[in-house]
Amino acid sequence: MNAGKTDRRELWVLTEQRQGVLAEVGLELLGKARELADQGGFQVTAVLLGDRVKGLADELIAFGADQVLVAEDPALEPYRLLPYTQVLTDLIQERRPEILLIGATALGVELAPRVAARLGTGLSAHCIDLKLDDQGGLLQVVPGWGGGVLATITCPDHRPQTATVMPGVMKSRRDPLRRGQVFEAAVDLPQDQAGPRVVEISRREPQGLPLEKAEVVVAGGWGVGGAEKWVLIEELAALLDGAVGATRPPLDEGWAEESQMIGQSGKTIRPKLYIGLGISGMMHHVVGMDQSEFVVAVNQDPKAAIFEVCDLGLVADLTELLPSLIAEIKKLKALD
Amino acid sequence: LERIIVCIKPVPDPKHWDRVSLDQATMTLKREGIPNVVNPLDRQALEAALQIKEAFGGEVVLLAMAPPFAASTIREMLAMGADRAVLLSDRLFAGSDTLATSRILAAGVERIGAFDLILCGNMTLDGSTAQVPGQLAELLRIPNLMHITKIEWPDPKLCRLTQRIENGQIVWESAPPLLISVIKEINKPRYISFLGIVEADKKDLTVWSNEILQIEPNLLGLAGSPTKMAGLTMRQSRRAKEILTGEAEDLARDLAQRLVKRGFL
Repeated sequence: MNAGKTDRRELWVLTEQRQGVLAEVGLELLGKARELADQGGFQVTAVLLGDRVKGLADELIAFGADQVLVAEDPALEPYRLLPYTQVLTDLIQERRPEILLIGATALGVELAPRVAARLGTGLSAHCIDLKLDDQGGLLQVVPGWGGGVLATITCPDHRPQTATVMPGVMKSRRDPLRRGQVFEAAVDLPQDQAGPRVVEISRREPQGLPLEKAEVVVAGGWGVGGAEKWVLIEELAALLDGAVGATRPPLDEGWAEESQMIGQSGKTIRPKLYIGLGISGMMHHVVGMDQSEFVVAVNQDPKAAIFEVCDLGLVADLTELLPSLIAEIKKLKALD
Repeated sequence: LERIIVCIKPVPDPKHWDRVSLDQATMTLKREGIPNVVNPLDRQALEAALQIKEAFGGEVVLLAMAPPFAASTIREMLAMGADRAVLLSDRLFAGSDTLATSRILAAGVERIGAFDLILCGNMTLDGSTAQVPGQLAELLRIPNLMHITKIEWPDPKLCRLTQRIENGQIVWESAPPLLISVIKEINKPRYISFLGIVEADKKDLTVWSNEILQIEPNLLGLAGSPTKMAGLTMRQSRRAKEILTGEAEDLARDLAQRLVKRGFL
C-alpha cells in the first residue's frame, strides 16, 4: 500500500481506542507531534487500530494529524497484544516512520515493548518531555529513580525512535478546520489468533470530577492520619470546587481510590492550584503534580521534601490546621 | 506443572536514594555504599509462583541478571521458598538497555529449559521502565500480559488472569507457556522463616557468564543497546518555597486570605 506515502519523513502517533473511545493521551500526543513535526519537517500520522473505528479519524485530524492510517479487522477488537503487535510492526516495516509515540496507558506500556523488541529498535518509557536535536533525532526525557533523576535518551541508529509518554503531560489542541487524509491499511491476520482470550471486560465510570480535569486539587498523604480525618480533605476540596487526590499510602489504607492517585504510577495533573496535605514529597508523587500552577504544602515536619517543591509551605499539624482552614473558608464564602 | 521461572532484580534500597549523586563526566549515577534489596514487586511474583507450585507442583527457578554481589539478595529469595537460582553475570552485560537485558534473560531462560510460566514484577523501582517483561516474552515468542492482579488455574492447562486497566479490569484465559507481570494488589508475600534461611544455604545458585550463554558480544552492553544515554540531570524545582511557621489558626487565616487574593475563593 503506497497511498499517502510521501517523501516527508513520518512521525507516528498510536492513537489508542478501546470500545470506540479514544484515549485522551493519544490526542495529547498529536498536539506534541504537531509541534515537533512543524519544527523538524515531519508529517504527522495517526495510527488507529480496531474494528469499525474509521469514524474517529476526523477527530484525529482536528487534533493535529496530517493523515490517519486506519487498520480495521475483527481480530483487533477488543484489543489483544499479539494481533496489535503484528499489525503495527507490519505497518512500520512497510512505511518506515522515523518516530513512533505511544501513550503510557495500560495498553500502551504493554504494546510498545513487544513492538520495539520485534523491530530491534530502541524504546524509552514514560517520557515527560520530547525534543528534537539538530539532526531531527528525538530527545526523550524520562524520569528515573522515582523521578529524582531525569535522563535524556536517544536512539541514534535504529528506527523508528519509539517512546511511551506519560498521560497528562502534553497538551492537546483541537482545530476543527484542519484538513487531512484518511487511508485504510490492508490487514492480513489469520482468523484463528493464538494467545490469551478475553473472557470479560468490566469498566466503571469514575465518580465525581476527574482529577486530571480539575482546576483545584486537594491531595492527602500518609500524614492525614486516618479515614475519619480524610473526610476533611474531601470537605476542603468541595469548598474549593476541586477534586481529591492522594499518594500511595491513603490508597493502601483504603481512604482513597486508585483513580485518585497522583504520580509516577498514577495520574499526572496540572491544576491551577494544588494543595498537598500530610504529603512527604517523594519524587514518585512529585512527578505527577510538578506542573501545577501554584503549589501549597502543609506538613508538620519542616524538613519534609515537599517544601523543596512548593510555592507556599505551611509547617503545621494538620489536625489543628485543617478544621481552622475549613472554618475560615466557610466564613469567607458566607460573606459573598 | 514442570517449571515456573521468576525473574528478579536487586535494586538500590529506596530508603537511601537521597545519597545518590551524579557523575557528570561519565553520565552515571554514583550509588556506592547503598545497600541492595530485591525489587519489591519481584517478591510478589515469587509469592504467586509459590502458590501455584503448592497447587500444581513443579520447581520454582529464580533468574536474575546482575553483578556477582547480587548473590546475597538472591539467597534471600531462595529462603522465601524458591528451589534454585540462576545468576547471569558478566562484565559484557554492563550498560545493557532493556532490549539487551531481555536478550540476556532470554538466553538464560532457553538454557534453563522447558517452562510453563515466567513471572515478573510489573516494573522495577530504579529504572521503572516496565519494558523488560514484554521484550523478554517477545524474544521467547510466548504471549505475555501485564498489570495482573489475580491468577487462577481452573486446571493445569489453562490459567485465568485478571488485568488492571484504566477504570476497570479484563479477565483473560490463556494456555501456558506465557509470561505474566504482576502488580502490588496480587498478594501479600510470605515472611521468610528461620528454617527457610537455613535451607537456602543448601540450595543451588548457579552463575552463568557469557562463555556459557554465548551471545554475540555486539548484541550486549552499550554496543548492543539501541537506546543511548545523552544526558542526566538531578531534578530541581524553580518554585518560590516561601515557608511559613506559627500558630495553626493564624496560618489557616493567612492561607485562606491568599487563596482569596489568587481568585480561588
